[in-house]
Amino acid sequence: MILETFMADDKDVLRDVWFGRIPTSFTLNQDEVTEREAEPYYLLLPRVSYLTLVTDKVKKHFLKVMRAEDVEEMWFEYEGTPLKWHYPIGVLFDLHASNTVLPWSITVHFKNFPDSDLLHCPSSSVVEAHFMSSIKEADALKHKSQVVNDMQKKDHKQLWMGLQNDKFDQFWAMNRKLMEYPTEEGGFRYIPFRIYQTMSDRPFIQRLFRPVSPEGNVHTLGDLMKEMDPAALPNDGEPKRYQVVIHGIEPLLETPLQWLSEHLSHPDNFLHICVIPTPTD
Amino acid sequence: MPASRLWVVDVYGRVFSLSTAGQQWEQCRDAQMEFKRVTAAQQCCWGIACDNNVYLNVHASDLPIRYQEETYENQRWNPIGGFSDHLLPSDRWQWSDITGLKHQPLDSFELPSSSWEWEGDWYVDENFEGEPTEKEGWTYAIDFPAFYTKNKKMTSCVRRRRWLRYRRYKDMDTWAKIPSPQMETPDPFSDISCGGWEISEEPRGRLSLWAVSLLGKVWFRVGIYHHNPEGSMWEEVSVPGEVLQISCGPGDLVWAVLWEGQLIVRQGITRDCSKGTSWVEVESPSPDVGATHVAVGINTVWALTKDNKVWFRRGVDSHNPCGLGWISMVGEMITINVGLNDQVFAIGCEDRAVYFRQGVTTSELSGKTWKAISVPRDGDRSHSSASTNSLQSAGCFFSGEVRAHDSFISELISDREPAKTLREGGSAGPAVPEEEETLPSEGEVKALCADVAICPSQSGGPLDPQWSNVDLEEAQGQLAQTGAALDAADTSSLSSVATYTLAMEDPYGTDEHPLWAWVSGGGCSVDSHSHLNWFNSVNTSSLVGSVQSMSLSVTSAQTAAWRQQIFEQLTERTKREMDNFKHYEQAIEQSVWVKKGTMQWWRDWKPYKWIDVHFALEQFSGPEGNKDGILFIYYNFYEEKKYLHAFVNELTILVPVLNESKHTFAIYTPERTKQRFPIRLAAATELEMHDWLALLSVSCCHSRGIQGPPSKQAIWSITCKGDIFVSEPSPALEAMPYPTPCDQMFWRQVGGHLRMVECNTVGIVWGIGYDHTAWVYTGGYGGGFFQGLASSTDNIYTQTDVKSVYIYENQRWNPLEGFTNRGLPTDRYMWSDASGLHECTKTNMKPPSTQWTWVSDWAIDYSVSGGTDKEGWQYAADFPVFVFVFLRRKCKLTTTGPWQEIPPIALSDVTILPCTAQSNVDEVPLWAISNKGDVLCRLGVTALTPAGSSWLHVGTDQPFKSISIGAASQVWAIARDGSAFYRGSVSPQSPAGDCWYHIPSPSKQKLRQVSVGRTSVLTVDENGNLWYRQGVTPSYPQGSSWEHISNNVRKVSVGPLDQVWIIADKVQGSHSLSCGTVCHRLGVQPVEPKGILWDYGIGGGWDHITVRGNSMEPPRVRLPSLTDASAPAPRSPIPFRNMEVNSSAGDS
Repeated sequence: MILETFMADDKDVLRDVWFGRIPTSFTLNQDEVTEREAEPYYLLLPRVSYLTLVTDKVKKHFLKVMRAEDVEEMWFEYEGTPLKWHYPIGVLFDLHASNTVLPWSITVHFKNFPDSDLLHCPSSSVVEAHFMSSIKEADALKHKSQVVNDMQKKDHKQLWMGLQNDKFDQFWAMNRKLMEYPTEEGGFRYIPFRIYQTMSDRPFIQRLFRPVSPEGNVHTLGDLMKEMDPAALPNDGEPKRYQVVIHGIEPLLETPLQWLSEHLSHPDNFLHICVIPTPTD
Repeated sequence: MPASRLWVVDVYGRVFSLSTAGQQWEQCRDAQMEFKRVTAAQQCCWGIACDNNVYLNVHASDLPIRYQEETYENQRWNPIGGFSDHLLPSDRWQWSDITGLKHQPLDSFELPSSSWEWEGDWYVDENFEGEPTEKEGWTYAIDFPAFYTKNKKMTSCVRRRRWLRYRRYKDMDTWAKIPSPQMETPDPFSDISCGGWEISEEPRGRLSLWAVSLLGKVWFRVGIYHHNPEGSMWEEVSVPGEVLQISCGPGDLVWAVLWEGQLIVRQGITRDCSKGTSWVEVESPSPDVGATHVAVGINTVWALTKDNKVWFRRGVDSHNPCGLGWISMVGEMITINVGLNDQVFAIGCEDRAVYFRQGVTTSELSGKTWKAISVPRDGDRSHSSASTNSLQSAGCFFSGEVRAHDSFISELISDREPAKTLREGGSAGPAVPEEEETLPSEGEVKALCADVAICPSQSGGPLDPQWSNVDLEEAQGQLAQTGAALDAADTSSLSSVATYTLAMEDPYGTDEHPLWAWVSGGGCSVDSHSHLNWFNSVNTSSLVGSVQSMSLSVTSAQTAAWRQQIFEQLTERTKREMDNFKHYEQAIEQSVWVKKGTMQWWRDWKPYKWIDVHFALEQFSGPEGNKDGILFIYYNFYEEKKYLHAFVNELTILVPVLNESKHTFAIYTPERTKQRFPIRLAAATELEMHDWLALLSVSCCHSRGIQGPPSKQAIWSITCKGDIFVSEPSPALEAMPYPTPCDQMFWRQVGGHLRMVECNTVGIVWGIGYDHTAWVYTGGYGGGFFQGLASSTDNIYTQTDVKSVYIYENQRWNPLEGFTNRGLPTDRYMWSDASGLHECTKTNMKPPSTQWTWVSDWAIDYSVSGGTDKEGWQYAADFPVFVFVFLRRKCKLTTTGPWQEIPPIALSDVTILPCTAQSNVDEVPLWAISNKGDVLCRLGVTALTPAGSSWLHVGTDQPFKSISIGAASQVWAIARDGSAFYRGSVSPQSPAGDCWYHIPSPSKQKLRQVSVGRTSVLTVDENGNLWYRQGVTPSYPQGSSWEHISNNVRKVSVGPLDQVWIIADKVQGSHSLSCGTVCHRLGVQPVEPKGILWDYGIGGGWDHITVRGNSMEPPRVRLPSLTDASAPAPRSPIPFRNMEVNSSAGDS
């Protein structure tokens, strides 16, 4: 019986990743002109989706108390930081709001769009274009684009529809093809990853990194961090200053990178890694 | 593929082997002496040792090699003393063989060699054609020779009985000496080559062994087969010249090299004449430089010339064994060998490394490149001491003769010019030409000399053969140079000291790579797809380390800390971020998802035919969050658009019916099962079919809330295509009086390909493939075309299976020409399938589906029942102007599934005790029958280690074919002669029991299969009758008689609740008849163990079912009518105390 508790399957990880939800309260910005007071709106946001893709209900809710002429493009902000819709929701949360009290309190704006910080997103087709380009970029790294180019238009659509409609099976029926690799090579050509740091001016780190060393050793998360962001790793004897967070959890640094890429990548096929300061309290 | 071995000999005569799964050379520790040459088959290895004797090393197996000796005792009745051994003068011997012609009393039987031992004493065989005889085993007849019966009659004037005794080959895994043909005139063997195992499968394990003597004569070893591994005698084969070296391939190719440098090819090797009839000469590859070495495979010949060049012979096959011409290849080699699958191994002339020819395929037999095998030897650090030990013991082992040779080494060492010593030492030896120049430093020249040195003189004088391998001299020469300042007196007295020093000072020891002298790949099963870890050249020690850590991460990945951490943290995250917020609204509303496609559909109305349809699967979330769906088939009916639909939660099974013409699959609902008329669909491509099947299967499982691996209680079944299905039983399945109808059972597919599967209640599942390979279930699910989500990541492995495809060549007799392929217009096709209705030629016949590939060429099958003539022709009994020959071609499937191979013994049946074990480590009895009919008992099988550890052989007097163990350890088996046997005294303390009790079969029936449940014993006979054993009690477990239950039964499975399930041959549905249908016996209860009637489930096309995992007690229904005391309880307690099974412990 002890045995069976260990028998959790890797498939369960995919499910847990896909069905990760962040409880969020949306509050209308104080400065917005309203006809009557706006109640906050509560929603479970999928960690792997994008803000502008899943907030139709939020928009509808606040539009009820606003005049049409006061409404411009909707955008979100958390504690003064405009939230980039083109980052997955989970990344935004881990980066800016992990270790805070839930629900995540997001402020909704309908004017003064911060053009310098955010991309415009007039419709979901913009999200789709962004999502698909990420997938193609990831496959360029993983398989020299061979898999994604072999797919038909409807296959691409199936990936997108899977994400848009929160259809795990539909998405993974296609996505598994993007996760295949020749066994003799031991992994993808390069691991598609992005490392985000709160304390850096750079948006993220993205360089070429193979899952297996030339000597045939399996690269781990620790190997990647050492190469890309050594400051994120604790020095001997010192207290840990940073957390390396993926999907709200801290995998051990000896976790094989290839496994992480196959199981903890976002639907855009990138492994999004957040380096955040260790909470002091 | 089980691991097999490549055999090599190093320049010191030590024998090593390398496993195809391994990464280091393992020294053959058993070798008591040095070897010159070895030649390997898969089951054994032959070698010529330094004492010039031929040795045989039979690889140990859990199955012993047993030979049954038999003799007959004959008696005649006379009026005075009754039956006595006073025979008439015209009668046969009192002790004779079966024909009566050969006199063979009991004491005339001797062990063939010291490698054999008797298993026991002579005893009387009391089994006569499946019937037990009277105690003394006599069978009676009117006169010799005549028809015997087991009953004495008034007219019985003579009687006879059979005596049996077994002898066992005991020298497994050691080198056993084979007597040489001519002890008196020493012409020792210098080369040896075995092969020929593909010429014929009868007798089993048949081998051809060819040997060459120093005088250039060729010898053939007669009578080698499984039960006589040593063979019986050497026969000289005349040759047109003096032979230097010979090579025998797995098939009918035998080539040899003559001293003059030409080659000769053996002709006329057939199934009936494995020795061949004549030689044909083939010129040397190069006119100036003679050939020195040849190596042949099935369709390939490689040769070396004196300048070490490598040559490939083009156009060789069994029709043209001489080939067409030579092609020069890259590389310089001193020896070359062709292994299984025409793979090529060689030893480099510069570096003495073993090279593997990469890229050799059936279409490209010459391969691509040479790649050096670079792996360390086992105990490379400590090998010098190890070899010392073996050499020391060699010294002890051999008396006078060898000691002389050893001291000869000592002289060699103490001398600075070994070559000279050689000549002096070998005083009786031949004049070895140009020996003085044989100590140069150039490796290449040395290599050349290696061949020169073993040349005997043309005069044919006896050669002192001891160290004819020059490699040895080189090594010692070096040693001498490096400082063998050994006292001559010392070394001559204590030979082992000298060799000890040799080993210690071994210049090629730890740091240098090993120097090889000989290689044999005849036992090494690799092909161009094999994954080998032989070529890690850079830094062996560190690489072994890293490879080990990699494999470690694979095997223990499941429990690795990092994985555990991720699982735990994700669970924690869910708790933290979601548990308190379940009342929040979801951002994305669930909606319907539709997948559409076009297919063909086998329409429901007559005339049946394929029509184009649109196919759609609509999936949506049900009210409780479970997924559900509907599938639609849109078709046109007389210009009118119509559709057919089925709810996904009503589908009971999706069956792939993939064949070469159409990618079809069948969908059943309970209603369709009753009709025996499924929804048949055909996809445009195989890939599309698999996508749909995987999707529909996931959808079905979702709608039924089934996920993950099958439970321990699961019912497993197999179709005639080898597809594996599993069904989760509900407690109501065996309920009384209203069980779940078995057409409502939901079956899902599990990856893999098997012929039969057996399971038990603790989740141990074994399968047997079409090629008789044994497989154990790993606990995974999916595999095959189930990829991604429908399949577990772990516990899925590659599985292969091999089966034969048959076609017939038909000929008709006509008065002018005899039998020809000219038939009448009304005849069947001259090339056809079994029915004769379809034309099947060698070229147009395809493997069963695209998943199968051919792995052999068409060959005549001689093993047909009824027998064939020498060319394989069978004569049609009812229609003698017609003959046909059975052609067989093997094809291979490679798929994936939750199965791991259990090498090496091939099985035909397996059974696992259906009892619930008390813990995961309790040993579970598992019995099996090998495909040769041996009874085997598996040791070390537990719920945690379902594969077990080793086989224990249980002796029988004849081959067996079916076996089953009941919940109280009752073991029943069926012998090939159709009679049943009960195994006495099987218990946890004595897992193999003590003896067999012969149980006669039902009158005039030969039994085929047996299954034993809690107390019930059921058998199926050759005519499809199902029998129940009456009168089985704890005190008399053999029972008293057979009672007929049903006919039309192909197979039976009795479960731990004594539930009875069968595969029925014919079941009539409302629309069609099905063959191979799963049926469930209703009304089985302790007072009515035979049950009342059949309930029909999935089929046709089913071949096998096992319900031996299902110990789920049905709910106790208390119907009002049954509550009064007179009616029996639905399940009364089992009457027999010692047969009681604790069946509640299995439910968890």
